[in-house]
Amino acid sequence: MSRTWVTPGGVHPPENKHQSVTLPIGQLPIPEKLVIPLSQHIGAPATPCVEIGQQVLKGQIIAQAVGMVSIPMHAPSSGTISAIEHRPIAHASGMLAPCIEITTDGADTWIEHQGISDYEHISPKKLLEIVGNAGISGMGGAGFPSAVKLNPGRQRPIDTLIVNATECEPYITADDSAIRERAGEIVEGIKILSAILDHPTNIMIGIEDNKPEAIAALAPHVEDSGISVVVFPTKYPSGGEKQLIYILTGKELPAGKLPADEGMVCINIGTTYAIKRAVTDGEPLISRVTTVTGDAVGTPRNYDTLIGTPVRHLLEHNQFDEQAGGRVVMGGPMMGFTLPSADVPIVKTTNCILAPSYAEIPDDEPAQPCIRCGMCAQACPVSLLPQQLFWYAQAEEHERLEAHNLFDCIECGACSYVCPSNIPLVQYYRAAKGDIRQAREEKVKSDHARDRFEFHKERIEQAEREKEAKRAARREATQQAKADHLAATANGSEVSSAAPTAPATPAGAVPSSSAADIIAAAQARAAAKQASPEDQRAKLERTIASAEQRLKMAEEKLTEAINDDSGKQDKLSAAVENTRQKLEQSKSKLAELAE
Amino acid sequence: MAEFAVILVSSILINNYVLVQFLGLCPFMGVSNKLESAIGMAAATTFVLTLTAMASYIVNAMVLEPLGLIYLRTIAFILVIAAVVQFTKMFIEKTSPLLYRVLGVFLPLITTNCAVLGVALQNTSKDLNFVQSSLYGFGAGAGFSLVLILFSAMRERLAAADVPESFKGAAIAMITAGLMSLAFMGFSGLV
Amino acid sequence: MIELIAQNPILAALVALVGLSILFGALLGFAAEKFKVVGDPIVEQIDELLPQTQCGQCGFPGCRPYAESIANGDVINKCPPGGQSTINAIANLLDVPAPELDAEHGEESEVKTVAYIREDECIGCTKCIQACPVDAILGAAKLMHTVIADECTGCDLCVEPCPVDCIDMLPVAETITDWKWSIPAKPGQMIATDRRGEVNPAVQNEDAA
Repeated sequence: MSRTWVTPGGVHPPENKHQSVTLPIGQLPIPEKLVIPLSQHIGAPATPCVEIGQQVLKGQIIAQAVGMVSIPMHAPSSGTISAIEHRPIAHASGMLAPCIEITTDGADTWIEHQGISDYEHISPKKLLEIVGNAGISGMGGAGFPSAVKLNPGRQRPIDTLIVNATECEPYITADDSAIRERAGEIVEGIKILSAILDHPTNIMIGIEDNKPEAIAALAPHVEDSGISVVVFPTKYPSGGEKQLIYILTGKELPAGKLPADEGMVCINIGTTYAIKRAVTDGEPLISRVTTVTGDAVGTPRNYDTLIGTPVRHLLEHNQFDEQAGGRVVMGGPMMGFTLPSADVPIVKTTNCILAPSYAEIPDDEPAQPCIRCGMCAQACPVSLLPQQLFWYAQAEEHERLEAHNLFDCIECGACSYVCPSNIPLVQYYRAAKGDIRQAREEKVKSDHARDRFEFHKERIEQAEREKEAKRAARREATQQAKADHLAATANGSEVSSAAPTAPATPAGAVPSSSAADIIAAAQARAAAKQASPEDQRAKLERTIASAEQRLKMAEEKLTEAINDDSGKQDKLSAAVENTRQKLEQSKSKLAELAE
Repeated sequence: MAEFAVILVSSILINNYVLVQFLGLCPFMGVSNKLESAIGMAAATTFVLTLTAMASYIVNAMVLEPLGLIYLRTIAFILVIAAVVQFTKMFIEKTSPLLYRVLGVFLPLITTNCAVLGVALQNTSKDLNFVQSSLYGFGAGAGFSLVLILFSAMRERLAAADVPESFKGAAIAMITAGLMSLAFMGFSGLV
Repeated sequence: MIELIAQNPILAALVALVGLSILFGALLGFAAEKFKVVGDPIVEQIDELLPQTQCGQCGFPGCRPYAESIANGDVINKCPPGGQSTINAIANLLDVPAPELDAEHGEESEVKTVAYIREDECIGCTKCIQACPVDAILGAAKLMHTVIADECTGCDLCVEPCPVDCIDMLPVAETITDWKWSIPAKPGQMIATDRRGEVNPAVQNEDAA
């Protein structure tokens, strides 16, 4: 038996697992409608690749992965795509999210699919491609795309593969049942994982000692396989990735590091089974084992549930008594959350639907003031100081929260469980984490805005400088022109008679830079440019001709508009008036010139 | 050697200048809101105390006593303290403008800190030699730092805690200081 | 010389004090030169905390001038886009008490807004483009103007200059990706005087159950 280590803290809530393992994994009738959310995982949501009204077969791809950290979605049963829109999903906010709805036809026809039996001789890259295309993400609860997790890269060679069969949370028995009935396939899945990861030296299945049947089921399949089943004492929360790694290897992962950085990969046992089905049978991830339990359901048991099954469907087939219990929880009693309504779908990470009676899980008692007893610090599996985090979260002191390693909290709920004042500690940490993340985002935005503002200022100043430079250049040019002009008058060249008050500078005199001289020089230039009377008359006559033409066209447009009643009469009549005025002006100028 | 240990323990714990002798309460109350500024103030005051103890001993021994000007002790020591504090102020302004900004008016107020003058005068009244005087000065500074840092850490926690409305702010701070003083009085008779 | 001073106590006192003063004065003068300070890095640190909307609601033409003013002793509660959290952060930095936001300069709004130009009415005058401090409006003279929503900080400096009043400040809706948990209600009450007319939640629950 391998050596195991003991994590700090932890609690021992009543297990309540016996209720749901009396029966084997059941099958539910296919629900009328399946609602598949496009985001059931960490990473970018998938984009639909089907249209409304399209017929799809079971296992057919309906949404494609977007980018590296994403997974595709597949139709869990055959039918017709009936909607692609926002629907309620199992999210604490109660908000809607984009989903694809399939109206099933009951036939459950599979798409053509084929597996590979000889996976040992397929390249890991090809195996990863199969895993990625099968839409497999972590089924233990986090939902990280498995193909990405199993591909840590050449810089991080893997020497330890840990298969997580812990299932430490009370009430949940999904993995337990799966192991009891599918041990052989699961072990084959582990062998596939080993092939993908280039055969790590150390392969362990971590399992708690409250699952003797599952351990017995695994025993014959792991003999002589190099896989060891490591049993350790039951404690919540041993199933967390970092906690399990510590229990099995004694290694503590530094904050912010991934297991791959230490040469380890940890995969849930349900995910392992899904990977096996994808590789050897060619089946994408379209169903999972879900525990339906709690005193408010008639028969607690596990079901092989299709992804996208509405929770209501599950409850209806279990004689759910709505009066007996106040809520329906997705997940377990420690880390699950109350569903906003039963009309939300099961997703790839749903391991349990818990419908407790009032007696089983009573309503929350009101929180009382913290008495600083310190029991929360004793219970914390990550050796944090929940009491300090609580006080700082209340006072919203973000600096101190980060100094006390708030982001290392795994939100397991052990501290809230032991608090004698019933303070909902985890809610404070979640709120504080959200606030800090938002503050970080706002800082990034404000830094960006500052950069843009600085650039804006630069740009304006640059434009000002250029204008200033042009102005200076023009002044220079004026000076130069004035000098030239005076030099020209000194030489006796003719100036147009229309030029007023030309300065009477004696020949060879030094030109003064007084304003009057400059103005005179400019006027002289303008007068020189002025055309002779004949040219002016000709120009005016041309202007009058074109104005008359334009007036005619404008009047035509106006009559058209009046006839059509197109509403543009005002604009057009104004235009006509304008043109007419211009015409008058030109005519009067011509008359003046004639005088 | 033992003598130095006794001097240090005496000035840091048993006869703590802030909590037992109740000198230097102004920066103790005024700069203890944040831990960072408290550490800065503690460092500045320790620096001033040590330098002052040394400088005042020298002035006393080499100028005042030979010339029979003992009655000028107070004025001369204040002159020394003012000069040292000015120097400290310039040094802090250069090295940490934020600390300078945060300490604000309390930095020049070290000049009027009765603990500093108290150390200088007590050293002369006890007829100590140079090394002993300097150690007393340093010990006074260390004791001041210890208490100031402890107090500011507690005040930070009090700021985040559930203090009843009528007690918030200076009131709970004074009560805390009183309780700390009670605790330090327990050191008497240690040496 | 020493005897002269020793015999004349008043003279001795004078000489001693003046001598000491000159000595310390010289030392301080030397130190003043050596530790000369140029510039004010405080302004940088304050500017880092301000929200950079450059809206001018504080009375200064931008965030940096206000930061400089704070460094010179101005009050810190003039920034509505920053809100109470910015006031607290600056108060924390400078170790001064954190006052309430000065309502004279504006109210802190709960919802973030971005500008939106109703394109049907835009006449292409570029007045809003010139007003925008972060160049978030795209357009040119006599061509369509439009706001780049990602760059808009919601300062609403563009709304006034528009001659046809076609700019709206629309609230930004919260999506599922930027939703966050809100902090639970404060547990319990300390002493009776803290309640002051509020209903004690514990008593209320007992009545209900």
